[in-house]
Amino acid sequence: MVKEIERAGIPVVHMCTVTPISMTVGANRIVPTIAIPHPLGNPKLDPEEEKALRRQLVEKALKALATEVEEQTIFE
Amino acid sequence: MEKIRVVHYINQFFAGIGGEEKADYKPEVREGVVGPGMALNAGFKGEAEIVATIICGDSYFNENLEEAKKEIIEMVKKYNPDLFIAGPAFNAGRYGVACGTIADAVQRELGIPVLTGMYEENPGADMFKKSVYIVSTKNSAAGMRDAVSKMVPLALKLAKNEKIGSPEEEGYMSRGIRKNFFAEKRGSERAVEMLIKKLKGEEFVTEFPMPDFDRVEPNPAVKDLSKAKIALVTSGGIVPKGNPDHIESSSASKYGKYDIEGFDDLTSETHETAHGGYDPVYANEDPDRVLPVDVLRDLEKEGKIGSLHRYFYTTVGNGTAVASAKAFAAEYAKELVADGVDAVILTST
Repeated sequence: MVKEIERAGIPVVHMCTVTPISMTVGANRIVPTIAIPHPLGNPKLDPEEEKALRRQLVEKALKALATEVEEQTIFE
Repeated sequence: MEKIRVVHYINQFFAGIGGEEKADYKPEVREGVVGPGMALNAGFKGEAEIVATIICGDSYFNENLEEAKKEIIEMVKKYNPDLFIAGPAFNAGRYGVACGTIADAVQRELGIPVLTGMYEENPGADMFKKSVYIVSTKNSAAGMRDAVSKMVPLALKLAKNEKIGSPEEEGYMSRGIRKNFFAEKRGSERAVEMLIKKLKGEEFVTEFPMPDFDRVEPNPAVKDLSKAKIALVTSGGIVPKGNPDHIESSSASKYGKYDIEGFDDLTSETHETAHGGYDPVYANEDPDRVLPVDVLRDLEKEGKIGSLHRYFYTTVGNGTAVASAKAFAAEYAKELVADGVDAVILTST
């Protein structure tokens, strides 16, 4: 799906936990996430901390979208 | 002759430990055969024997890649096997990636032959078919018998260091390795024959398949996030509560488009996940953990992004055919373009 969105001319960032899959699939902008069943959260944290963590990840994704890339890039 | 010693790797599901709720199961080694190893062992007919089975949860493996690899290699080493077999994983994505990763690591670090099996669309196949022998299986465990009937002879050949035939003969996925052989006809003759077949519209087999590099060049970056319209897309199956369009929990045949106007936060009251294949508890408890609507709304209010697109697109990425996913996305990407979306955040579980 990432590739089709990119092909349509829209920059896309893939947020996922298993980044090697994302590389194989052909995503160009990749942001690693927390865990497979809760990529953008961590149930062990209290709700405020968890939201802060999510915000940090989303901000990273936005930064990736605002960054020019030449090739597949993982934004650690 | 001494029996060939085999160590077998399987996941928590095939070990009968549990499903998704046990996917974080840490590596464990058991003497002898567990689960699908029985069919392999029976196939070996006494020539080889599974001396130990290593069990690891799929999520644990993929989330702790380096650690899991190290732990498992140590376990394998102790049994001093002649051969390592992982899976078969069929179309289970994380399991396939785990099988490929560990087989590749064992082959490199312990220098013994390895074998695994999975469905051709399993992401683990593309990742590892060049480095390890992967038997091509059906897409579900109903194909176990078929998988075992291909894996057993190849396993024995690998362990005995016998000559391995072509992918078509042995049933493994092409590794892109060319072997020299003497053809009966010379090249020019074969080429002309192929050309004639092509002109007649008949089937022909190329001798030099071109590699399939389906890569899409990255689009230019978003110039000004504070003016950008951002859309959310997910393969994590987030849907309005009750899953109104009945998106399937695996092998999805459709995607959904849902309005999030007026939603500042997704909750267990309003949304849930339709995705099978991962433990849905966390996503159901707080769907923002998969589709971060809450945070994007905050960023929208603060002016950090222009706006959050009114609709999100969603499907279930569990065993869903690549061709379906491609078709879904090609269709909704057109809508995204028409709606003036500047960038997409796509989340996966």
